[in-house]
Amino acid sequence: MIANAFSTSATKPSLESLIRLLALLAGVALLVVGLLFPLVAMLVKSLQDRAGDFIGLANFAQYFQTPALVNSIANSLRVALMTTVAVVGLAFVCAYGITRTCMPGKRLFRMLAILPILAPSLLPAISLVYLFGNQGFLRDVLAGHSIYGPIGIVIGMSFWIFPHALMLLTTALTNSDARLYEAAEALGIPKWRTFLTITLPGVRYGLISCLFVVFTLAITDFGVPKIIGGQFSVLATDVYRQVVGQQNFQMGAVVSVILLLPAVLSFIVDRWIQRRQVAQLSARAVPWQPTANPLRDWIFALLCYTVAGVILLVIGTAVYASLIQFWPYNLSFTLEHYTFQGMADGGWGAWFNSLKLAFSVALVGTLVIFFNAWLIEKSEGYRPLRQGLHFMAMLPMAVPGMVLGLAYIFFFNQAGNPLNWLYGTMAILVLNTLVHFYTVCHLTSVTALKQLDPEFEAVGASLKVPFWITFSRVTLPVSLPAVLDISVYLFVNAMTTVSAVVFLYNSDTRLASVAVLHLDEAGYFASAAAMAVLIFLTSLVVKLLHAVLTHVLLNNAQRWRLAG
Amino acid sequence: MMPRRLLPSTLLAAVAAVALASNAQATELTVYTAVESDDLQKYAERFNAAHPDIEINWVRDSTGVITARLLAEKDNPQADVIWGLAATSLRVLEEEGMLERYAPVGVENLDPKFVDAAYRDGEDPAWVGMDAWVAAICYNTIEGERQGVPMPSSWEDLTQPEFEGHVIMPNPNSSGTGYLDVASWLQLWDEEQGWDYMDRLHNNIARYTHSGSAPCSLAATGETVVGVSFAFRGARLKSQGAPIEVVFPEEGLGWDMEASAMVAGTDKQEAAQTLLDWSISREANELYNEGYAVVAYPGVAQPIENYPTDITERMIDADFK
Repeated sequence: MIANAFSTSATKPSLESLIRLLALLAGVALLVVGLLFPLVAMLVKSLQDRAGDFIGLANFAQYFQTPALVNSIANSLRVALMTTVAVVGLAFVCAYGITRTCMPGKRLFRMLAILPILAPSLLPAISLVYLFGNQGFLRDVLAGHSIYGPIGIVIGMSFWIFPHALMLLTTALTNSDARLYEAAEALGIPKWRTFLTITLPGVRYGLISCLFVVFTLAITDFGVPKIIGGQFSVLATDVYRQVVGQQNFQMGAVVSVILLLPAVLSFIVDRWIQRRQVAQLSARAVPWQPTANPLRDWIFALLCYTVAGVILLVIGTAVYASLIQFWPYNLSFTLEHYTFQGMADGGWGAWFNSLKLAFSVALVGTLVIFFNAWLIEKSEGYRPLRQGLHFMAMLPMAVPGMVLGLAYIFFFNQAGNPLNWLYGTMAILVLNTLVHFYTVCHLTSVTALKQLDPEFEAVGASLKVPFWITFSRVTLPVSLPAVLDISVYLFVNAMTTVSAVVFLYNSDTRLASVAVLHLDEAGYFASAAAMAVLIFLTSLVVKLLHAVLTHVLLNNAQRWRLAG
Repeated sequence: MMPRRLLPSTLLAAVAAVALASNAQATELTVYTAVESDDLQKYAERFNAAHPDIEINWVRDSTGVITARLLAEKDNPQADVIWGLAATSLRVLEEEGMLERYAPVGVENLDPKFVDAAYRDGEDPAWVGMDAWVAAICYNTIEGERQGVPMPSSWEDLTQPEFEGHVIMPNPNSSGTGYLDVASWLQLWDEEQGWDYMDRLHNNIARYTHSGSAPCSLAATGETVVGVSFAFRGARLKSQGAPIEVVFPEEGLGWDMEASAMVAGTDKQEAAQTLLDWSISREANELYNEGYAVVAYPGVAQPIENYPTDITERMIDADFK
């Protein structure tokens, strides 16, 4: 409060505040063009008939009168809730193990736990079939239940969503004030009460964000239910069935609108929590360091490495699948599937395109998203603009990739749109992917920024240092681990994403992830597995580079975290 | 200093030469297709052997996705030509006014049922057919024996109790093949019997898939014993070494055709016409015949591996009006 009062008085109508306004407007413009306008084009579709005439809510009325469609709402909620409970529970335990215990092999576990994010969602789906399908090694584990249905969906989604949750919770648990824990210890407060009264309240913002991120990712996921869901239909696959199966764009738009509801809810809860969030890492905070406790440390190590073991099993199965001649009838080893004979012009061109896309998105996206988050969190004034930007930043997560892809066609390919030239280029793929994965990066930035005391900005302002100097000299270096996480997150998602780009690629911009889908569809399961493994290995190399870089930076620029 | 002054003009000349040459050399056509991706390269190569001056840029996806994409791009079409898409999809596009009528040179040589019916009424056809895409059942012989599921010979067989939980078929709501199956059952029997058949079949279905290839691929890897799919995929998987038999049910076979069309509004009319002319040539039909047993050009089709020889007689009468 005091800090706020200070900085308000320090605000001056100057060149600096003009630049700030322009930067904010640029951020808003990006999301308006890249997200809002396409979505509006989509919403308009939901109120039209096939001929394009306005018919009000007639499509919605028809939707709610069709039991086959309405049932999907309950199905979606069910699998999304089950996934949320499983993923957030596991991720919290693991994040706690990483940040608050002295369990052995932390760095190794962090590397293993992030692996699922490096693979396209087709990879776990292929592996699950090999493991639990009718010919699977472990099919007896399911005791007669089919993997094709809710069970497979929950396992598959948990696999790929887990690293997202872990990333958010680790960031939330990383910064803590040792003084509080010392005080608790000095007062003789039991560990469980310390946990309930200091640890949990300290991370509640991150935890609740995480719950909503996971829930929304699960309810909008298309890849896993498409491949392993059997005939268990969920909202996201309904969009596909309506649009692709029946070319009923209007009904597809209606289902999409219904899918947008979780985002709206998520936004409301987020605002509510945010008003109560207090900066945790004040300028006087002393970073907390765990002390050894063999029993606790080994229990967490055991839990974490069980999770890691499952992850390795799933990935190992896909690698195995890519090396087998014709599973399950001819088990001789071969590298032949890596020549991608099922592809029109070989798979390696598509792989190169994916690489270009991923590097562009990582570079542009990281700068834009972190800077925008900083403008939202750490500026004064222009409140409606900042809130609008934050709302738009929350929205992409709730927009299924397929809906975003279609919305892009409707908007960018309209005759008379001045941005028409973007359509069919690599640039539109970059914009689409950046927007599609905006939310988690935004939340990571916000969580990291929230933990920095607003006094940093206030002091900067009172010393009459322009905001961009404060940003580049203090905020950015202090938040470097989060910034690097964001860039790698964007890179790997650009490598693996399918649903949004499937409508937008053209002959020059064919992508590796789309190739996985095509190979799988044509029955080249082993080649599909090979391409999925190739994407995975590419992401892995980048991730390793990131780990080395983070390590070096932590040793230099981040030394203050270890001080004391 | 000479080289430095020379350099820019040399570069300029080189750039100009390249630009001129490429202008003279290749027209690029954007071609949308649902042809199986394992065959695309072959199609382009054969076409380029005859017309090296036209370069094909493929945009390939499944029938549903490509159709959805074409419809979504209606106001500003990106494709110049559609080469290899289900005739049922092309009819939807035609109703939307998205196809340019054109009679390719030699269209009179094709089997009339492979050409847009408007041609018979004296108009230029909106689309011309390539080959027929025939329903079939893929049966895994190893799993069949192990799980005591006999090889079916008819659609009716699939409703027998021993098939319960062993049959996978494509969802007619999202797959062209699934739609074709339903349409053909309703046509083979009357409406009431057709629905009755589907009700009984539904009891035996383990699950429905999104793609029409998938049931056969799943039969090939033993995930299911019986996959309701189409002949091309079955024959292809069998020659890859899958332990499957491709069964052509005795009641009759539903089918759809792959066809080609010019997209209205293309600014590359001439090249598009060249491609369409070639796409109905005898040579092109011989190419289609390498994967499909029934093609549009009469007298071309040679029997191919894993297909019955009398397949034409077993296809039901379909009406593509």
